[in-house]
Amino acid sequence: MSTAQLSVPPSEVARAPRENTSGWPLIDRFAYVMCWAVGIGLCVIAVAIVLYMFVKGISYLHVGMLFESPAPAQLQSQTGGFLDPIVGTLIVSTLGTLIAAPLGVAIAAWLTEYGRPAWLARAVESSVEIISGAPSVVLALFGLLIFAQSFLGFLSQTASNGAVYGRSFIAASAVMAVLGLPLIVGATREGLIQLPDRLREASYALGRTRATTIRRVLLPAIRPSIATGTVLCMGRIIGDTAIIRLLLGVSLTTQPVGGTPILGALRGTGSTLTSYVYENSPAGEGNAPQKAYAAAFILLMLILLLNGLVTWITNRGAKDEPSGRSGLSRALGALRFGGIEK
Amino acid sequence: MDLHPLATVRARSPRRTRRWAAGSTDRRVELLLGALAVATLAFIVVMIATVFIKAWPSFAHNGLAWFGSGGDPDTQLRAMQEDKALPGHSIYYFRSWPLIWGTIVTTVAAVLIALVASTLAAIFLTEFAPPALRRTLDPVIRLLAAVPSVIYGLIGILAVAPWVNENLLSNSRKASVEYVVQLNGSNLTTAVLILTIMILPIMVAISANAFAAVPASWREGSAALGVNRWRTIWRVSLRAARPAIAAATVLSTARALGEAVMLAMVSGGRGFAANPLDGITFFFEPVRPLAATIFQNSEGLTIPVLAHTIYAMAAVLLVSAAMLSLAGWASKQQLKRYGIRA
Repeated sequence: MSTAQLSVPPSEVARAPRENTSGWPLIDRFAYVMCWAVGIGLCVIAVAIVLYMFVKGISYLHVGMLFESPAPAQLQSQTGGFLDPIVGTLIVSTLGTLIAAPLGVAIAAWLTEYGRPAWLARAVESSVEIISGAPSVVLALFGLLIFAQSFLGFLSQTASNGAVYGRSFIAASAVMAVLGLPLIVGATREGLIQLPDRLREASYALGRTRATTIRRVLLPAIRPSIATGTVLCMGRIIGDTAIIRLLLGVSLTTQPVGGTPILGALRGTGSTLTSYVYENSPAGEGNAPQKAYAAAFILLMLILLLNGLVTWITNRGAKDEPSGRSGLSRALGALRFGGIEK
Repeated sequence: MDLHPLATVRARSPRRTRRWAAGSTDRRVELLLGALAVATLAFIVVMIATVFIKAWPSFAHNGLAWFGSGGDPDTQLRAMQEDKALPGHSIYYFRSWPLIWGTIVTTVAAVLIALVASTLAAIFLTEFAPPALRRTLDPVIRLLAAVPSVIYGLIGILAVAPWVNENLLSNSRKASVEYVVQLNGSNLTTAVLILTIMILPIMVAISANAFAAVPASWREGSAALGVNRWRTIWRVSLRAARPAIAAATVLSTARALGEAVMLAMVSGGRGFAANPLDGITFFFEPVRPLAATIFQNSEGLTIPVLAHTIYAMAAVLLVSAAMLSLAGWASKQQLKRYGIRA
């Protein structure tokens, strides 16, 4: 099965830059105008969102907010900054991606390179599909059930009556890893499928085993695909709110458990930028819209940064890849598993 | 007999051991990767089973009437929270129709609008857009897809909802339904509008990929018969891209169904069954889909009865999402005929 060359339609050279529609029936001309209107409309919406967030964000953001912890107060000016949410976002996204990346690559490698028995492979494939389609709030509910089991009490905190709280950075990161997993599986799988069989055959001819071929030949060859999937996974983790609110608690500051410096923080609860924005919006309890705008601006900057990273990786990867797929179609490869939630 | 003892060793033993060792390492790697892949399958099975077990008491006490209408779900949820059964009903009494109706209305409306808009945008992107504009639209679409839902929610609640409240809602309209429901800017229209923008990018991306993959000869054949450009697109390209558009629709339906945070912020936050018989007012009535309800009531998970009800809602969502994922997977199988991996 040949995958179409999507970036450059072959007839592009012969195409006139503007269509002469004067001879068309009225309804066709109307449709043509509608196409332009929707296309321009998309651009306008995107520009409007980014501009709006920029203007609001910059006007309410002070450098000091980046280094202050949130504080409960009546006045918006006294509610502090969002150091804790920024640190929380970094912890959750790093930990979540660290869990999801090896797992996702392993699953994709098994699906494409081994994949037997076939019925099992198909079942695994559809279970990845189901994970990608599952609402994140449902994943969060399930995660809460798991981490509230008493034998997992060491991952969060245990109340005096023996009930396990089930909410911690570890719990949130683990469920986030599940949320991002389909993106990494999708990107890695897409990359492996695109690789020509001669690579594998050459490696087998040199007497290498399948396992060595995967590790030494195939995975290095699809490094850009894996990187794309990982960055997309990170973006999705950064953007999710439901899992954070259910599994990391609603306190805005980081609240470590016990005395151990790093492990204590990971077992404790806290907040991320998304939960901070939600809490400070009129829908949450803090209701400090200025702080919400400022934090949302930082969040959007992070997303823009990750987006730029994806473009950079794909453009760099496209140079040494003969098929020369566009960034969009590679990102799509990862998104094959489900729509992008959050 | 003349052979040096080492010769036989060198001739036989390395080959043997290597083959044996290689076979076993390869086998072990396959088993390890396979185990990880099967773990996702097990995860899904356990998740669905657990959610249903937790949900069972709610379904058992209400029977099929759980899905029916009867009373205000918010009152029923509050009764569970306060542990005071509504007069004449069991503590488990719950009728979810307003929430299900809210889910159906927002999802269907947003998906239908997005379907038309994304098809037009995809045609524009592949056929009419000047190359420079096409190059800008590519990252724009990816940016729109990556913006976290909490930012969409923030823009919705702080910018769109006040605007709708001031410009589209007249005081007389508010007064006309005052005795049933309070109208404000957070309503069905706002929710559908923002949900449409959220699901649009992924639909555009998938459909544009499909349009670009339509063989040029098909379109050229049509053009050679004297059919104009638009008719060619409509009659030839659109038909060829139909499976991809179907897949995109299914994926974005799953996404709209599971959207919790943004809808919790802008849909009005009341479990109210907006009534189409109200005429124009219908569009300004508050709704609250299932996912948003779960999100907003997550604090009550410590109360067993409320938790069972919340898991029952999660079970309904999970089953719908899983159905959609499988339908999407099935519709993607058709795409392989055209060599499109959407």
